[in-house]
Amino acid sequence: MSTVRAEPQPFEPHQARVTRDLSGLPTYGFGPKSPMWWGTLGFFVVEGMGFALALGTYLYLVQQNPHWPLAPIPPDHWAGTLNTLLLLASLWPNLITDRHAHAQDLGRVRRDLVIMSLITLATIALRLYEFTGLGVRWDQNAYGSITWVLLALHLTHLITDAGDTLVLTVLMFTRHATGKRFSDVSDNAFYWYFVVASWLPIYVAVYWIPRW
Amino acid sequence: MSEAATAPRELRDSELDGPALSARLARIWGTQRSIVGWLSSVDHKVIGRRYIVTAFLFLFMGGLTAIVMRLQLAQPESKLVGPDTYNQLFTMHGSTMMFLFGVPIGEAMAVYLVPLMVGTRNIAFPRLNAFSYWVYLSGGVFLWISFLLNIGPDVGWFAYVPLSGPEYSPGKRADVWAQMITFTELSGLAVAIEIIVTVLKQRAPGMSLSRIPLFVWALFVNSFIIIFALPAVMVASTFLILDRLIGTQLFNPAEGGDALLFQHLFWFFGHPEVYIIFLPGTAFVSAIIPTFARREIFGYLALVLSLIATGFLSFGLWVHHMFTTGLPQLGAAFFTANSMLIAIPNGLQIFCWIATLWDGRPVWRTPLLFVCGFFFIFVAGGLSGIMLASVPIDTQVHDTYFVVAHFHYVLIGGNVFPLLAAIYYWFPKFTGRMLSERLGAWNFWLAFIGFNVAFFPMHISGLMGMPRRVYTYGPEMGWGDLQLVSTAGALVLFASFLVFVWNVLASLRSGAVAGPNPWGAGTLEWATASPPPPQNFDHIPVVTHREPLWAERGGLPVVTGLSIRHRELVVSSVAEAEPQLRESSPAPSIWPLIAAVTVGATFIGSIFTPYAVLWGAPPIAAALTGWFWPKNTPEDEE
Ligand code: HEM
Ligand SMILES: [Cu+2]
Repeated sequence: MSTVRAEPQPFEPHQARVTRDLSGLPTYGFGPKSPMWWGTLGFFVVEGMGFALALGTYLYLVQQNPHWPLAPIPPDHWAGTLNTLLLLASLWPNLITDRHAHAQDLGRVRRDLVIMSLITLATIALRLYEFTGLGVRWDQNAYGSITWVLLALHLTHLITDAGDTLVLTVLMFTRHATGKRFSDVSDNAFYWYFVVASWLPIYVAVYWIPRW
Repeated sequence: MSEAATAPRELRDSELDGPALSARLARIWGTQRSIVGWLSSVDHKVIGRRYIVTAFLFLFMGGLTAIVMRLQLAQPESKLVGPDTYNQLFTMHGSTMMFLFGVPIGEAMAVYLVPLMVGTRNIAFPRLNAFSYWVYLSGGVFLWISFLLNIGPDVGWFAYVPLSGPEYSPGKRADVWAQMITFTELSGLAVAIEIIVTVLKQRAPGMSLSRIPLFVWALFVNSFIIIFALPAVMVASTFLILDRLIGTQLFNPAEGGDALLFQHLFWFFGHPEVYIIFLPGTAFVSAIIPTFARREIFGYLALVLSLIATGFLSFGLWVHHMFTTGLPQLGAAFFTANSMLIAIPNGLQIFCWIATLWDGRPVWRTPLLFVCGFFFIFVAGGLSGIMLASVPIDTQVHDTYFVVAHFHYVLIGGNVFPLLAAIYYWFPKFTGRMLSERLGAWNFWLAFIGFNVAFFPMHISGLMGMPRRVYTYGPEMGWGDLQLVSTAGALVLFASFLVFVWNVLASLRSGAVAGPNPWGAGTLEWATASPPPPQNFDHIPVVTHREPLWAERGGLPVVTGLSIRHRELVVSSVAEAEPQLRESSPAPSIWPLIAAVTVGATFIGSIFTPYAVLWGAPPIAAALTGWFWPKNTPEDEE
């Protein structure tokens, strides 16, 4: 019979039997080895749900209204298209940053981070400009509201990522740029993939569904 | 990193043993004894204790509002409170119970117990944990101060539009409700992510998936439900705030918006919410039953699978709260089927628990009494729930006291009874003292009898047609006697809480000393002193069985090799818990508190002007930078 039943046992905290020594293990790791990577994934789920529900709201409102958009013309898509291209193009330097972080190549990581910081700032600037071409105010009707909400929701992610990247960039130029920071750089690159990926359905919803 | 080779050799725990090792680890993992030290603590036990005490305070406050409501309803045409106060009372009661007690209490127990049960030294992201507590506290205090200033919300705990919208709720009351949601959901989400990562990555070597205690499984699944469900209510409350504050039209049908949209978003969260409240209850029960049955749990795999099934099914149900809104026929049928389906995993769980007790040699102590109370009440609540899952019945009793009776059977049966069992069970671990068994028995019987006397008659009041959320009724309605009985029961229930508080206070001072493992239990939290030292374990244990303390005769196997110069813990692989890293764990910091204050000020300010978000952003950014910027501690330079 293999069921384990409770046996009254005296408890002796210092009676430990050492079966293994872990001093040879590294003190940081990349990707799924690192708890921070999993934490980042957790935030993807939370924020991804936020995006999904906001997009769901958009589609729900499209369905509830006989006409869409609730404006004479659909939004001007050029700034958004440009931003989409910029975001897609940024995947390449982002990938490079991640590679150099894995290789713990401080010189290149510094350069890459500067480039990525500039890119995030540029996407923010473009996004702010996108608002001017929407042709509808947020308080005009539900169409205006949800359009602004979607763009603004994604903007907050651009801003958080920019803040994060800038602080990391500065950090990597100080004496704190030691081992574990490379893993942080890698996690930061991981987050950017999410920011770009979450934009694509929003781009389609905001700029192309009104043209359907 | 590269300096590591040339640096003076790292001190390791293999070089010390016994009390010298304990003392040294306690010093590096400890919390400083000063005000700043206290405010900077990142120890999961310190924060877990704060969470538990705070959640109980809110339970108590929610209970007080309920007592006032019950006194008002004890007789027809009572003049104790007026309609406006009554609206605030039930809103405060529901919101406090659901958002300030129901969700946080499960997470609070998890924050304290999960790291101990998986054999690690702190929770993952301990500073986020500290931050989440301060945010939660601010949200709760904010709600209650608003209530005392007479701007408490009065729109019910789910604040439906259009009632809560800009047109029908001018003033700040509905904003207070919406921002309270933002606070509590933010903290709830943060804790859920910490628990998930702790369970995935910080389990003691050898604790493979099939050796994870059921308690941990339940709270792990619970955390998943939280990260999928809570964003929905945050979206709903944010949209509401936007409609109210900057004039968006999301819920305004006149401008292309939609009022039912709010209900969909709310119940997408609101139904899983019931499971967020119930799963911690199952966690407590699954931990307590084996200990008092004196055998390992029956049907471990079935229990794990039914937890996971419950997690998935809980998302297919939200529409049953909206049966009366006139949904398409087929949709309603689907949701009815789904509502009934969820009875299967729940039934299976109860079967496994009873089988364990059946085959064991039950020891009848207070925790087990409360577990039996839970069985009885929860099953009764499940029965009335199955009645409600059928559309015709729901249509009839919707918004009557039948529903009020049903959800209190489920919520109090499924959460509060197991919770009291859990406190009786783990109080010795938390404090080093046993609670009194004699007062425990009084506590149980008063609670059990009081509860049933209070809530059973409400089924009948409901069937007689008494609507919920009415501040009074005329004598000709004929339910006055039943209402009086309910009030008497509520007072008895309340008295049982006073006995509980008394028991806690008296036992803290003079309870019997517990020792590390007073119940002879089998899981890891009992393998350390009571209360546990700051480092939890002097050596990280190696797990070879689901009930390690029962399976391992003559002391636990352990690993060595961790630093005793700074905080270090073992990071292991997801499935097999094979050690992968010796990672440093963050030192105490005041920044999480500062960040929480800046965030809180921004949330509250945004009720008054949208610009608060702009003003608030730079301080928040500064606080977060301070939080993440490396200090010159050994933890940061690793
Ligand atoms: C101390 C024992 C309790 C008593 C005597 C009590 C009593 C009541 C009463 C009389 C109402 C109905 C108010 C009305 O519709 O006019 C109510 C509503 C409610 N209760 Fe309780 N309750 C207790 C504990 C709890 C607990 C522990 C929870 C949750 C964990 C809870 C959750 C709720 C909710 C969500 C509502 C609905 C509020 C609304 O309509 O907006 N209650 N309670
Ligand atoms: Cu439900």
